[in-house]
Amino acid sequence: MGSRKVKFGIVVYPGTNCDMDTHYVIKEVAGEEAQYLWHEDLDLKGSQVVVLPGGFSYGDYLRSGAIARFSPIMKKIKKFAEKGGLIIGICNGFQILLESGLLPGAMLRNRGLRFICSFEELLVENDETPFTLLYTKGERLRMPIAHIDGNYFAEIDVLSELERERRIVFRYINNPNGSAHDLAGIISKKGNVFGLMPHPERASEALLGSADGLRVFLSAAKYVRES
Amino acid sequence: MIEKKLLQEHNLKEDEYERIKEILGREPNLVELGLFSVMWSEHCSYKSSRVHLKKLPTEGKYLIQGPGENAGIVEAGGKAIVFKVESHNHPSFIEPYQGAATGVGGILRDIFTMGARPVAVLDSLHFGPLDRPGNRTIMEGVVSGIAGYGNSVGVPTVGGEIDFEEEFSHNPLVNVMCVGIAEKDRIFYARAGEPGLFLIYAGAPTGRDGIHGATMASAEFGEETEQKKVNVQVGDPFREKLLIEATLEVMERNLIVGIQDMGAAGLTSSSSEMASKSGVGVELYLDNVPLREEGMNPYELLLSESQERMLMVAKSGKEEEIRRIFRKWGVNATVVGKTTDDNKFRAVWKGEIAADVPLDSLAENAPKYSRPYSAPKHDERFDKKWLRKKNWGNVLRKILASEHFASREWVYQQYDHMVQTNTVLLPGLGPSVLRIKGQREGIALTIDSNPSWGRSNPKQGAVLTVAESFRNLATVGAEPLGITNCLNFGNPEKPEIMGQFAETIDGMREALEFFQVPVTGGNVSFYNETEGGTVPPTVAIGTVGLVEDVSNLPRPERVKEGDGIYLLGWTGRDLGSSVYLRIAFGERGGKIPEIDLQREKKLHREIIRLVREKRVSYTFDLSPGGLLPNFAEALFKIGKGATLKINPEIEEVFYLFGESPSRMIVISSHEIEASVPVRKIGEIGGERLSVHLRGEEIINESVHELERGWRSFFPEIFNP
Repeated sequence: MGSRKVKFGIVVYPGTNCDMDTHYVIKEVAGEEAQYLWHEDLDLKGSQVVVLPGGFSYGDYLRSGAIARFSPIMKKIKKFAEKGGLIIGICNGFQILLESGLLPGAMLRNRGLRFICSFEELLVENDETPFTLLYTKGERLRMPIAHIDGNYFAEIDVLSELERERRIVFRYINNPNGSAHDLAGIISKKGNVFGLMPHPERASEALLGSADGLRVFLSAAKYVRES
Repeated sequence: MIEKKLLQEHNLKEDEYERIKEILGREPNLVELGLFSVMWSEHCSYKSSRVHLKKLPTEGKYLIQGPGENAGIVEAGGKAIVFKVESHNHPSFIEPYQGAATGVGGILRDIFTMGARPVAVLDSLHFGPLDRPGNRTIMEGVVSGIAGYGNSVGVPTVGGEIDFEEEFSHNPLVNVMCVGIAEKDRIFYARAGEPGLFLIYAGAPTGRDGIHGATMASAEFGEETEQKKVNVQVGDPFREKLLIEATLEVMERNLIVGIQDMGAAGLTSSSSEMASKSGVGVELYLDNVPLREEGMNPYELLLSESQERMLMVAKSGKEEEIRRIFRKWGVNATVVGKTTDDNKFRAVWKGEIAADVPLDSLAENAPKYSRPYSAPKHDERFDKKWLRKKNWGNVLRKILASEHFASREWVYQQYDHMVQTNTVLLPGLGPSVLRIKGQREGIALTIDSNPSWGRSNPKQGAVLTVAESFRNLATVGAEPLGITNCLNFGNPEKPEIMGQFAETIDGMREALEFFQVPVTGGNVSFYNETEGGTVPPTVAIGTVGLVEDVSNLPRPERVKEGDGIYLLGWTGRDLGSSVYLRIAFGERGGKIPEIDLQREKKLHREIIRLVREKRVSYTFDLSPGGLLPNFAEALFKIGKGATLKINPEIEEVFYLFGESPSRMIVISSHEIEASVPVRKIGEIGGERLSVHLRGEEIINESVHELERGWRSFFPEIFNP
């Protein structure tokens, strides 16, 4: 049983543009099973991990991620989350998780007001989540960011709760966007929903400059296989 | 009765009007006059350039598709690499953000129209000097427009160039190149098949934007034209993304005969070009065209340049399946016409015929001009005072922190250059290198131009530009497979401009024939003139090269302490049009470098061999800027210092800052031997750049300090 492949469902909204990149990494690099879920689907098709990939869902009109939360598939994703299913939201996917209330807080425009695409250094803060169990606390990672709305904001009590409950998973070493508490990725209270602005799928092959992100997918697969 | 003023408004000459009457055997109505006006515009018909463009070589062993289609195609790694460059100069001057954004949108459509998924965008940008706020505003708008569109649509902007010249203050150049990958057996062309097939319009509804964009791009600018904001189209990258996915899906299911994007001259050019290529006629039902604005008339419907629209010819009986796929992606698809057997272009509106003209007269038989031209005067100046000794360290610092040389990171960080996860060599490290997933091979991409070469000597400048482009590819061990080109000039009705153009084509031909690399297509942009000021001849050469093994690329991080620094090639007495002359003497002209193409090719071959034999840690070429600035920049990327010991047999300024073409630096942990002159000039080590000239130390600078000036120039201007 231990070697069975874990099925990842990758949600495609109109305007999503990292769906194929994520699919490629999960299937070809991590060696797990990957399938696309269309935003109008009413079924997660047996996915064991749901990934909301990056992009510009619905053109990011109104506000990044703001329209995607009304999509038909979102109801199923919420139910999946309630039952403890693993969800990873990357970049625009993180913004959608915030907009839909699966994670607390909001994204503001980057400090500096410009889109930033660059490799950033991250610090692993919590290595006991289902998404980071193959990392070591204190480890430094290199992963790219690519966003204009990645400046995380939340009320002070939310931030202290995140700190207290060790829900900040990755932190920027040189905060590029003004994000509160330098945070780059957080998990939900139950620990099964993970949102992060950096793109682990763009840092999963040494050929592209870093393979530090691959373990996010490998950790989730390991967690599912062993639970 | 058509009056003179009306002809002027349509940018048609009187003899052209006479010809229209002859073709029709009657006076055209207003709609028909509009059709001829756009289809015979310089932008659509290439009427001034065709005679010359024909001289360029268009055959090569990797060539799949040469000029005449939406884009050219070469083969690499078993795939069809589809690519093209196009200008969006005029719209970017009037409205920088939208002008540049729709420039990206338009060239993307040229690529996916052929069945290729767009995988990369590169830009060649030219603005006026940044000490003037107006130029900063234009640059900032253009950069955000490219970012806003490209990032959203999910196609990485992986490379390009930016430079500054006085003449571009009122005539900025925005040339955008797109590259796509298709399966070789699934390429689509602008064809209409046979009579009786339906034309399907897919994408955004039609508004009044961009009416006569093509004719606007075919006239000089004056104060009045600057008022033409209404003519600039507005882009919607979200809709473009949906259009890409839906179109590629329709193609994958093999449901269409042919397809063309509605670019310049919109519905008219797309339908007439497809029909003309297949020898059929076309009848358009204008009442079916989806509208964004009310009360549009046939003239507007036929000539609108609203963005994000495609026209395709459905395979018989597949119309409903096509519509279903577009609907899934939230895109409207409607039948707006059909092919006929009478070779006419006919538009029907409210039960009446709005236009009825012979089809070939629009698409194929536009007038051709052999415009008179006069040989341009070449700048042969050379001034002995340029050889005067200077404080070389000061000069180096100034060049590094100048707009001509400073780091472009501020720009490319705003572009998503990694989406699609193929970018193997990131911007700023050399030409862009993309992998082809599942293959060992990759493609190297570069776009290069040098207007000051063109200004001094158009022919020689074109030769040098082609050579520079191929030299860039050699630094990653890549051979050129084919080029696309964007030719930016002033008003071709002036003999001196036409002379520049004719010489430029001669230069390109000479270089391309020598290297045996074909032209696969491109774009000519004339009339880059505003109130008498004209751009220098600016040839942007976009090249696609083949990388044999993407896992073996020279990279700065491969360089180790103690690696040797080798200068390969030939150093001549070349200072004209150099960055050095600008910075040290405020001089932007002068005799431009000589080039010996035999030597140049030999150098490329040797560099490619050394890279493929894995004997190179890092390699780069030395123009523009010359040896010292380029070497310093390499140290910034390497993150180490170096000691150089040079003993030139000519005045040192040529050696340090001259821009002789056929020379490159190789950094290696091996002894380098080659069949071109090789000289070991130093070693990597420490944290300082120390330069010894004939035994005397002339520069000793902290690499970190030099880097600060180089890196902070653009952020300081734009993020004060």
